[in-house]
Amino acid sequence: MGIGICRAIVIELLKLHNAAAMDSLPSPVLTISNLNKTYEGGFQALKDINLQISKGEILALLGPNGAGKTTLISAICGIVRPSSGEVLVAGYDIVKDFRKTRSMIGLVPQELTTDSFESVWSTVSFSRGLFGKPPNPEHIEKVLRDLSLWDKKDSMIRTLSGGMKRRVLIAKALSHEPEILFLDEPTAGVDVSLRKDMWNIVRQLKSQNVTIILTTHYIEEAEEIADRVGVINNGELILVDEKQNLMQKLGKKQLILELAEPLQELPDSLSSYQLELLSDGAQIVYTFDNHADHTGITALLDDLKSASIRFRDLNTTQSSLEDIFVNLVNETTQAQE
Amino acid sequence: MNIHGMLAIYKFEMARTRRTLMQSIVAPVITTSLYFIVFGAAIGSRIQQVEGVSYGAFIVPGLIMLNLLTHSISNASFGIYFPKFVGTVYEMLSAPISTVEVVMGYVGAAATKSIVLGLIILVTASFFIELSIAHPIIMMLFVILTAMSFSLLGFVLGLWADNFEKLSVVPMLVITPLVFLGGSFYSTDMLPPFWQSVSLFNPVLYLVSGLRWSFYEISEVNVAISLASIVVFMIACLGVVFYMFNTGYKLRS
Repeated sequence: MGIGICRAIVIELLKLHNAAAMDSLPSPVLTISNLNKTYEGGFQALKDINLQISKGEILALLGPNGAGKTTLISAICGIVRPSSGEVLVAGYDIVKDFRKTRSMIGLVPQELTTDSFESVWSTVSFSRGLFGKPPNPEHIEKVLRDLSLWDKKDSMIRTLSGGMKRRVLIAKALSHEPEILFLDEPTAGVDVSLRKDMWNIVRQLKSQNVTIILTTHYIEEAEEIADRVGVINNGELILVDEKQNLMQKLGKKQLILELAEPLQELPDSLSSYQLELLSDGAQIVYTFDNHADHTGITALLDDLKSASIRFRDLNTTQSSLEDIFVNLVNETTQAQE
Repeated sequence: MNIHGMLAIYKFEMARTRRTLMQSIVAPVITTSLYFIVFGAAIGSRIQQVEGVSYGAFIVPGLIMLNLLTHSISNASFGIYFPKFVGTVYEMLSAPISTVEVVMGYVGAAATKSIVLGLIILVTASFFIELSIAHPIIMMLFVILTAMSFSLLGFVLGLWADNFEKLSVVPMLVITPLVFLGGSFYSTDMLPPFWQSVSLFNPVLYLVSGLRWSFYEISEVNVAISLASIVVFMIACLGVVFYMFNTGYKLRS
């Protein structure tokens, strides 16, 4: 009970932190205020989402399956009707000014949904027209060349590989020169090489000042390309922060000592440290705050020497975004329970 | 207004017809030719004139109406159902395009295809029988209004259907029987009085009768009533389409 309350307090503090971080951002291209979505069956997919995204930034939305990532994107793009709340794109309301907002947005869906019997060129040209832009073969050619699709322009989509189809979906989303691009799990089911190609495409788009919001299960993807990371779980946006800040604030650092001789148990003289004895006593792991004035490492090494504990190797590790993500999701899930 | 969006949908749908030329144009023309050979030449030669018109000529408006109705419905219903089925409808829902523009794109293309098909059948018929059209403008008005109205109905069907069976059930089990029982191949005067009265509840009777009047100035109901009924039907279909789209029926959750 007590732990649950503490976790709930931590989550509320994180939300306050998010709000403070939002205030310090430059003028946002996307502002989401108190967004809620409850489906007909009563399932609440989004709970009071507040988020601001600046022009030209890359935001990665992390979350387990069913967390609400796709619903959030769908609500912004007009595919799902929000139950309440407001979404502004460059200051325009997505309901009242849907023509303006939607013409600024490109969406790459999670599923490989393509017109199988169309050629690459015609489906990309169709998308440009659908979004209200006059034909511009030069732009379509540039998009296809940038995505290495130019030599496939006359191919029927059904003849393309999964990776190529994913590129076609990106080309369709870029055909009308959007300012904001949503990528819903863009690298799901693609091989490592193609995933890296996708990251390069995203970086290239960022250099063109396109704002990118991507959802992903791959933590390495967020670590690799995102400026900020948002974590969503059970419809709640539980954290949004700069990727580096997040790792610094929530990441733990560990000193791992490989002992020369295994220990049965840790001596009492070391009880004041956060130590764990692992690998059948062959390893001591010390967890510390990397940003504290005193990490305690020097004192620990001195105390180890006094206790005649010798070690043959040592190294340090820092928790990855994945560790942070897993911890956060577990904490919020337990708090909600 | 998103003219480019509307045109994109229209061109996309028309391109689909070009890809499926055998199914869209050649097959209906062959079927219609068979009707003329069987009903017009083989059986028709043994039937007396119907209301002063040879039987082969008498069935031309009915055949045009049969094709207009079934193809308007199937073209429009498939046009909107297929993106729903494969999932590409997300693009239309996220595009800066209004309900009116979407409907004009899909229904406009479906109606265009049906009208072209109707005219091709008319030309095909001219190879088998001697045709005369007393009121060509009224004929085109009936053809255009019917194609638009039933394309709208097809659009409604495509929005409503969530499997291929539902998509085909209305054309097969509703429209085709109504056309066959709506005086396409006979005059209702040939029926017993009771069934003549029953036929008046068949909306297709009014369409066939109106179109036949534009050809031969013979009709089973007043041509003004025929025109009014098709206009009312079109307005009703428009209302349903707008309701479905604006409430997100089976499209937006």
